[in-house]
Amino acid sequence: MATAYSKEVMKRFKKPKFAREMKDADAFGEVGNPTCGDVMKIFLKISKNKKGDEFIKDISFQTFGCVAAISASDALCELAKGKTIQEALKITRDDIIKLLKGLPSIKFHCSVLGEEALQKAIEDYKKKKK
Amino acid sequence: MLFSQIKRKKPEKLRGLQKMKAYLDNGATTQVAKEVIKTMQKVMTNHFGNPSSLHTFGEEAKQELEKAREIIAKKLNADPSEIIFTSGGTESDNIAIRGTAYKNKDKGNHIITTSIEHPAVLRTCEALEKEGFKITYLKVDKDGLIRLKELEDTITQQTILVTIIHGNNEIGTIQDIESIGKVCKSKNVLFHTDAVQSFTKVPIDVKKINIDLMSISAHKIHGPKGVGALFIKKGTRLRQIITGGEQENKNRPGTENTPGAAGFAKAVELCKEQGIEDMIRLRDMLIDGIEKNIPDVILNGSREKRLPNNVNIAFRYIEGESLLYQLDSKGIAVSTGSACSSQSLSPSYVLLAIGLKPEVAHGSIRFTLSRYTTKEEIEYTIKNVKEVVENLRKISPLAKRRD
Repeated sequence: MATAYSKEVMKRFKKPKFAREMKDADAFGEVGNPTCGDVMKIFLKISKNKKGDEFIKDISFQTFGCVAAISASDALCELAKGKTIQEALKITRDDIIKLLKGLPSIKFHCSVLGEEALQKAIEDYKKKKK
Repeated sequence: MLFSQIKRKKPEKLRGLQKMKAYLDNGATTQVAKEVIKTMQKVMTNHFGNPSSLHTFGEEAKQELEKAREIIAKKLNADPSEIIFTSGGTESDNIAIRGTAYKNKDKGNHIITTSIEHPAVLRTCEALEKEGFKITYLKVDKDGLIRLKELEDTITQQTILVTIIHGNNEIGTIQDIESIGKVCKSKNVLFHTDAVQSFTKVPIDVKKINIDLMSISAHKIHGPKGVGALFIKKGTRLRQIITGGEQENKNRPGTENTPGAAGFAKAVELCKEQGIEDMIRLRDMLIDGIEKNIPDVILNGSREKRLPNNVNIAFRYIEGESLLYQLDSKGIAVSTGSACSSQSLSPSYVLLAIGLKPEVAHGSIRFTLSRYTTKEEIEYTIKNVKEVVENLRKISPLAKRRD
């Protein structure tokens, strides 16, 4: 098919590794708007590592959106899994695009959604902890 | 033979067996019929002359061209002199609309069209708007139909043209062009219709229906790309849009595309009523199959006044581009009105015009059949659409809200 998507994008889109609802999630973050055609929801399970730092033990997503939105969600989950909260907050849209081996420029906003959804989920976790 | 050679041969064989495929994007373009290719090859090989040349080579080409014109005219019950060949639907629309606008600008500057026209008409009207013409874009109801009364009330002394699509390319809605034609005639306004999608699928008799100008195209009916025609009713005058030689009554200068015209005519000849009936049966089978097997779907466009080959369905809670690519991986070709598939990132204006919420428009898929579509392909499509929709809904955060 005539597509501007990289093989990596299509691979993740067809077989996402992290696409599921997490019923026992510690926190979640949802961004986007159905009117615009993208809604991304990130679920987090947080634990403490040996050093006592909180880290992302498990992560999953549910996304309403295009091929780019779904594969960006999956890429974000892979980048964030196992990272401490401090590390995870440093994940940027560029990291997502890099892991996807590129996105068509018109789809860059999908990677922004990924960055924002994770930050929102972490915020949600911090709020719930208080 | 070495083992490695045997191994290399195997995948080729497997590929030969081909998994099931279903081409359901015939609204975009169709497979060229074998008979059409044969005809074109014959004309290209044997009658390559320029139809304007006086020698035998030219005369033979001219005969082919005129034979094609007759066949196309006959399909519309028009006179051959009322048909000009163009490069396709877009050019026909441009010649008709601009040609009428410029020719009649001393009489008035008002043109009426609809909000669901093909871009070939819409963008042309918008361009004329910038040149000082006034354009009214008629609204449509939830089925995609215009209101005749509104058309009547909108026509003023200044109105020089009404241009309304016959069968809509996205939602398949067929406008009542007979009544529209009557309104235009009673108000003495020229009527153009873009019949690119409906030509040969919905009967049109230009002697019974008042149409002044009509655009048609070959590649939507198993003919070649790059050739179309414009019906210009006797007595209808157009300003020349393209300048050049005297071909096609000066309305479309340039050496005629003889093989294209011959291929177009062959494609028209191959369109039989039986093919349309079969298409309608399969179309309804697809609609029923989806509506019965998948919850939360909406049929876009009119259920009754619908092109024989068009099925447009909104699948709630999922996005069209994702659905399109998932179906593509199963060998099923469709198109979508989703924003994400467009460069503008806004959903189809046609779907919004019939009142769909943007989030529903995003999940719309168009399936367009042809007379080559088989029952097996439709069954395969229903089965796979169900599976893919279920999978995408599983990973959609909207699916559980059910508002």
